[in-house]
Amino acid sequence: MISLGMEYYLPVIWALLLAVAIALYVILDGFDLGIGILFPFARSEVEKDQMMNSVAPFWDGNETWLILGGGGLLVAFPLAYSILMPALYLPVIFMLLALVFRGVAFEFRHVADTSRFLWNVAFAGGSTLAAFFQGVLLGGFVQGMKVENNAFAGGPLDWATPFALICGLGVTAGYALIGAVWLILKTDGAAQARARAHARWLLPLVLVFMGIVSLWTPIAFPRIADRWFSLPNLYYLAPIPLVTLLLAGFVWRWLERGHEHLPFLGVIGLFLLGYIGIGVSIFPHLVPPVLTVWQTAAAPASQVFMLIGTVFMLPLILGYVGFVYWTFRGKVRAGEGYH
Amino acid sequence: MEFDPVLLARIQFAFTVSFHIIFPSFTIGLAAYIATLEVLWITTGREHFHRIARFFTKIFAVSFGMGVVSGIVLSYQFGTNWSRFSHVVGNVVGPMIGYEVLTAFFLEATFLGIMLFGWNRVPKGLHVFASIAVAAGTSLSAFWILSANSWMQTPAGHEVIDGIAYPVDWLAAIFNPSFPYRFMHMVTACYLTTALVVLAIGARYVYAGKYPQDGRTMMRMAIGLIAILAPIQAYIGDAHGLNTLQHQPAKIAAVEANWGGHPPGAGVPLVLFAIPNEKTESNDFEIAIPHLGSLILTHSWTDDFASLKDFPPQDRPPLLVPFFAFRIMVGLGVLMIALGWVGAFLLWRRRLFETDWYVWPTQFVWPVGFITVLSGWFVTEVGRQPWVATGILRTADAISPVEGWAVFVTLVLFVIVYGIVFSGGIYYINRLIVRGPTGASIEPPDDGLPSQPLSGARQAARAAIQQPGE
Repeated sequence: MISLGMEYYLPVIWALLLAVAIALYVILDGFDLGIGILFPFARSEVEKDQMMNSVAPFWDGNETWLILGGGGLLVAFPLAYSILMPALYLPVIFMLLALVFRGVAFEFRHVADTSRFLWNVAFAGGSTLAAFFQGVLLGGFVQGMKVENNAFAGGPLDWATPFALICGLGVTAGYALIGAVWLILKTDGAAQARARAHARWLLPLVLVFMGIVSLWTPIAFPRIADRWFSLPNLYYLAPIPLVTLLLAGFVWRWLERGHEHLPFLGVIGLFLLGYIGIGVSIFPHLVPPVLTVWQTAAAPASQVFMLIGTVFMLPLILGYVGFVYWTFRGKVRAGEGYH
Repeated sequence: MEFDPVLLARIQFAFTVSFHIIFPSFTIGLAAYIATLEVLWITTGREHFHRIARFFTKIFAVSFGMGVVSGIVLSYQFGTNWSRFSHVVGNVVGPMIGYEVLTAFFLEATFLGIMLFGWNRVPKGLHVFASIAVAAGTSLSAFWILSANSWMQTPAGHEVIDGIAYPVDWLAAIFNPSFPYRFMHMVTACYLTTALVVLAIGARYVYAGKYPQDGRTMMRMAIGLIAILAPIQAYIGDAHGLNTLQHQPAKIAAVEANWGGHPPGAGVPLVLFAIPNEKTESNDFEIAIPHLGSLILTHSWTDDFASLKDFPPQDRPPLLVPFFAFRIMVGLGVLMIALGWVGAFLLWRRRLFETDWYVWPTQFVWPVGFITVLSGWFVTEVGRQPWVATGILRTADAISPVEGWAVFVTLVLFVIVYGIVFSGGIYYINRLIVRGPTGASIEPPDDGLPSQPLSGARQAARAAIQQPGE
């Protein structure tokens, strides 16, 4: 039964690929958006320039992973895409509109003169709202939605629960943290000192949010409690929260000791651990709590056709993305831009 | 207040997709133009090519940014507003969009970083490579998205099982019957749109006597391209029309406002202008040239082709938009040919830059390409109705189960946000044009010694005339 095997593995492979694309988005655009969230705290226009320039060559490529996330969902799981998007209609569009402001602010602010403050506001506001609504989307996804006859059957405001709003705040804090540790890596002087100070209060805040979500999900959703606390799962899964706490302790120490690279890598680790935790809670559902990756998968012919391209293109993409990061390696100093 | 979700979703998509297409129409051509300038710069060593390339790179950055942010919206709207569409044709259209992301979006977005910020960081050759990569990315993007759109117009290589489309032959689906024509027509349209903007900016500099050397180069290159491409575009458009007649006859019947009833042997007239009336199924007012419709569409004097009455009313597209948009498109196309040929003639007679009756109005032609592109898309998209994927899914059946008020709220937000962004974009691009090309080796600007005596004299005369008023 070769074809049956393919129909089992293909959706799993695609779920993993999508998970990788979204993880890359969350990390890469996470620090872009985080810089936007921290933007109002900068003391001078010079410092703001420095912050923005630290991501200016990358943000566009980073945002492309979001298109791959949405596009990939359409390609590999069209049914899931056609249920999740209407269910999360308003937060998706609010997030996209916020990203519009964030994106154009990069170019407009650079050309602007007297109207520069407007694009400072657009950049900070757009980044913060985009981060918040991405968190709301995460919450709305985890809590699940009403599905009848393979279509969304709820109302436009079903997503607006306290849980989703907490997730929104949590992701905003998380992005601000990864933005701060990125700035420690990429800047020096006053900007770096301020980023370090931000990271010190953001790290505990992010841990608090991770704690709230970790407790809330098993209490509110029995399916998630079953996944984590039934035996023998508990033995396999217990290390995830423990490693998270341990790593957070290290990040704190690295911040205290003035390391520049390690806090960034450590926060990426924290993001991935949180991400794996959510994956554990959800898999194999793609439209929680009803439809799985297998029930929503595209035709095998479509998944295979796209997989062939992905196998060739993804290493190439990672290669040239890496090359661009390498080209713009090193510190962005005050008063010195790439322009 | 009652909200019609289908109508609102259509208005919203028409608005967001029309807004978006403005930017690719410009940046696809502009990326190729910048790459060309850079290749000229490193092969000839002439510094003004470098200066013009850098100047247009700044304009490119602003335009491309707006294209990116408005494009991401679309990739999600297939799901938010057209979820039935995604479910029914996702197996076929999805991978085309997926390939667009993988082969085009990452390429252009990543190398854009080097193109915009790498001038002093990477060797010349690598910068040229980055610009070529961005240009290649924009064209690849056009390839895939036009393939997906063409498949919606003229589906092929698929089978429909239980109402869901499944791929059978990918090559047939990608290279579906209307794709080669649509792709050629759109890419040529993008190059023309860019050339018209470059021409207008060049004319602005030449007329004002600012940056004369750069302005002349811009005008020369743009006129050369328009003089060659505009007539070719007319030919491609004609071929595309014949293809549409074969595969989507109802669209052509709407474009021609052809209600049929022509006596045998009389052929179909070409309706130049009319007010089509869907209720009486006739044209209220009509100026037509006998036989010309047959001649253009069947390449014979007397052959008939499908009329609107050959289709039941529920299968006919709305008439007014395709009919009038087509006439705007063709009219502006003719204007482009005239602009190109007159400009080329003046260039050949070495009179171009002194011919004020050509240079002055040419400053204002920058929107012509955009209006033409939008008109063309209105013809083809409205002409496809009532289908979203011809013969597979009707537009009315493609929408999401989202309540009308939510679509209305987001529509209002889109209009406000895009209005702000568009105004900002136009304002800042104009500012970049006013600042003009600058660079390490720029010759003295307008108040310095002009490189051409004639423009210097004219500039002095103009300054003298303007003095009292200012």
